Amino acid sequence: MNFRDYLKNNIVYLDGGMGTILQKNGLKPGEYPERWNTTHSGVIRAIHKEYFDAGSNVVNTNTFGANTLKFTSEELDEIVKAAIENVKWARDNSVSKNNKYIALDIGPSGKMLKPYGDFDFEEAVSVFAETVKLGVKYGVDLITIETMNDSYETKAALLAVKENSDLPVIVTNAYGEDGKLMTGATPSAMVAMLEGMGADAIGVNCSLGPKQLSGVVDELLKVASVPVVMKPNAGLPVSVNGETVYDVLPDEFAIDVSEMVKKGVRVAGGCCGTTPEYIKSLVSASKDIEPVLVTKKNITCVSSYTHSVVFDESPVLIGERINPTGKKRFKQALIEKDMDYILGEGINQQDKGVHILDVNVGLPDIDEKEMLVDSVCELQAVCDLPLQIDTSDAEAMEAALRRYNGKAMINSVNGKEESMKAIFPLVKKYGGLVVALTLDENGIPETAEGRVAIAKKILANAAEYGIDKKDIIFDPLAMTISADTKAAKVTLDSLRIIKEKLGCHTSLGVSNVSFGLPARDIVNGVFFVSALENGLSAAIMNPYSSEMMKTYFAFRALHDMDENCADYISFAEDYSESVMPASISPKKEKIEEYKSALQRAVVKGLKDKAAAITENLLSQQEPLDIVQNEIIPALDIVGKGFEAKTVYLPQLLMSAEAAKSAFECIKNAMIKSNSQSDTKCSIVIATVKGDIHDIGKNIVKLLLENYGFAVYDLGKDVDPEKIADEVVNRKAAMVGLSALMTTTVPAMEKTIKLIRERAPWCRIMVGGAVLNKEYGKRIGADYYAKDAMEGVRYAESVNTEVV
Amino acid sequence: MNNIYVKVYGDIPYNYREILRYAGVTAPSGEIKDLLEECIAESDGIFQNKVCYGIFDYGGQITSVALSKNLEGCSRVILFAATVGIQLDRLIVKYSKLSPSKALMFQAIGAERIESLCNTFCNEMSKELDVRLKPRFSVGYGDLPLEVQKDIFRVLDCPRKIGLTLNDSLLMSPTKSVTAIVGIEDEF
Repeated sequence: MNFRDYLKNNIVYLDGGMGTILQKNGLKPGEYPERWNTTHSGVIRAIHKEYFDAGSNVVNTNTFGANTLKFTSEELDEIVKAAIENVKWARDNSVSKNNKYIALDIGPSGKMLKPYGDFDFEEAVSVFAETVKLGVKYGVDLITIETMNDSYETKAALLAVKENSDLPVIVTNAYGEDGKLMTGATPSAMVAMLEGMGADAIGVNCSLGPKQLSGVVDELLKVASVPVVMKPNAGLPVSVNGETVYDVLPDEFAIDVSEMVKKGVRVAGGCCGTTPEYIKSLVSASKDIEPVLVTKKNITCVSSYTHSVVFDESPVLIGERINPTGKKRFKQALIEKDMDYILGEGINQQDKGVHILDVNVGLPDIDEKEMLVDSVCELQAVCDLPLQIDTSDAEAMEAALRRYNGKAMINSVNGKEESMKAIFPLVKKYGGLVVALTLDENGIPETAEGRVAIAKKILANAAEYGIDKKDIIFDPLAMTISADTKAAKVTLDSLRIIKEKLGCHTSLGVSNVSFGLPARDIVNGVFFVSALENGLSAAIMNPYSSEMMKTYFAFRALHDMDENCADYISFAEDYSESVMPASISPKKEKIEEYKSALQRAVVKGLKDKAAAITENLLSQQEPLDIVQNEIIPALDIVGKGFEAKTVYLPQLLMSAEAAKSAFECIKNAMIKSNSQSDTKCSIVIATVKGDIHDIGKNIVKLLLENYGFAVYDLGKDVDPEKIADEVVNRKAAMVGLSALMTTTVPAMEKTIKLIRERAPWCRIMVGGAVLNKEYGKRIGADYYAKDAMEGVRYAESVNTEVV
Repeated sequence: MNNIYVKVYGDIPYNYREILRYAGVTAPSGEIKDLLEECIAESDGIFQNKVCYGIFDYGGQITSVALSKNLEGCSRVILFAATVGIQLDRLIVKYSKLSPSKALMFQAIGAERIESLCNTFCNEMSKELDVRLKPRFSVGYGDLPLEVQKDIFRVLDCPRKIGLTLNDSLLMSPTKSVTAIVGIEDEF
């Protein structure tokens, strides 16, 4: 019987600890246990055999850290081959009559993926792929991915397995005492992602003893539609008379794990500190327990790298603001690759309370695929909301889904053959909740029945790809009532029928309904209520619209979804504050020592105030006058104070941020009136290859922007080639390079050489903790700036020369 | 046989003055105090405070002159790695884009947190073993090369024990982490 069939109706017993037993056999700290497959194969075989004899159905190869980061390809081949032979020997020589399977064991790479480490996602996939291919080559029954403490690395490993084999795969993660992975994922977030990608069983291993892991396992049992795995440690290691022992003994371990088997765990074993004796006790304590049937949970959800968002009774809000349609400022940000602006839109919407962010960065003149992948990765570095990836370009969709850390929402598929053919394979491979629009080759049906018919067709087609109903959410399309006054009714009817007859969730772009009408917010708010009453599960909406937010909070309070009306009350408090007339502003501000209120706000570093005052001033003054007469003098006060050491760095930055928020208002006003600002010369800045420190660089960027320079920020860990290309493309007058570590100064030197070759006109400024004036000169820079203000002064001097 | 143990700590009290010192501030204005309070509130409860360590015999077999001097009079050492976890890095990355002043403050908080964690750990070990400990000595100090970090990681199995990893450029991730060697003074 193959492993998948056996898993269906039986409790599967895994093996127990390997590393801890090897240490008892003389493995030294720092020595690679994987080498023992060839050097001490007798020891390894004996341990494997003991596990099979004790009742294990699955024994893992001794290949936890067998990958190309630690071993050459040749040695890796030898190790994996020997490791598999060792388990085969044990299987063939075991006295046990049980079904016996060999699992290729894959542990974490030991490296942190970007953006928190330097390990690239695709690199991780290919490292895991090497090991997987060897497992397939030398023959195993299944693959185990285990002890992963990061969701992103888990995804890389599972993708490597899926792309290189058809073998069953068990995925177990190491959860901490807080019930989450080290990088923050909850059990339900992991289930969402791993089930979507097709893991055969999902669970926990290592880190803690069975009692401490039971909460996580309960959580997994509640949400998982595949068998749940439990492989805990024998408690914690303690030192007794100089001897290390684990504090949970075999009997207690067996009782604790058996309890969880009764609750539904279907795959059980042990990790660090457990021995064949533990497995033997576990098997005898649990062998008579009737395996609990694994049921489909039909949970419609998406996830990020921290949590899942479930589509249920309470409406889900999807923020629509990351989208260039009809937004000049956003278009400009895309053209300028102004990632900070896009990230700001994400964070602001999160602060307003949305649950998911829609990400649409399509614009005719830009490389959408690259922009979409960058946006998804950068958003996931700063914001933990799940994303809805919104593009009509299937290639861009795949690239973004591949890099997405979690189970994404996919926007969208529709009833056209071509669309389903392009999108459904992606849903199947990467997992995801796909938004299905009820339109097809014949357009959008004018009746609810027509739209529901398309929905049925889409469900049937999805089923052929093995995509479950729960992973499809229908958008029956809101059309404007200004063109057809029946439009809203058809949409509402469709919502209700899809929910009641098809049992599916729905999503709507609510605001379309009022297109072409005056005071659209009023109509949108009421339509939103109607849609919710008709069963709408999610709305793509503008969280800055108070009508929409009012509806959301009031609806939840009225429908018993808001305990003690707590969310509503907290919303109402903020709301009343925001509509209070400004005239009762508390005390008169002391502005005597400053020329104006705006100057004071900037000097004091009051972001929101600076923006509010600027908005006010814009109705009375020309944008550029505000810059010249108010903001620049304020920045000078702070800048000079910093140079005179009377102002500290945090204060300088707070002022710079306040100035930036004032500039943002001014920029918006100027885009609206189509007027040109006279920016100074262009400057490219980056942290050099190999270095991931970017706070200093970001400070310099902020100040340079404050002083009116056009700054193109390439980020951190940037290739010399990319920097040189950007300098040439932007005809930049100056480049600013940052490095914080001695080990990355050579990369800086290399970058300087390349810029000299390709862009001899360009001035090169360097900065960072390891540099000084002499060092800067020695590696060929024009200028070393000891802090951000010096950088600004130098840039001003370059600007005077150029202009 | 040398075993590697793990300790996890709960809340460790803040040293505000140290945080401000790391942020380069000696006499904070009201705005800076507000910023600090805001950042401390935002990072509340995110510190994982994990330490893995082993106790090893030491026979003076070290080429680093500075470290040998530091370990004079010791025949055992504690080798440890400590980290406050990845969540603070998240905040630093987030705010280095959105608000460099907050990013700077979180950096300072992280620096203070990891030092406090190391102090807490060393004090506890000193009591537990009932010994006096030498000052902590880390790679990169004096003539002890950064390369040694690789060996420390292998011996302590840092990725598995406490989720601490080493980059190609020998930087640690999570960034607010420390590895160190601490001499255990022989008793007379």
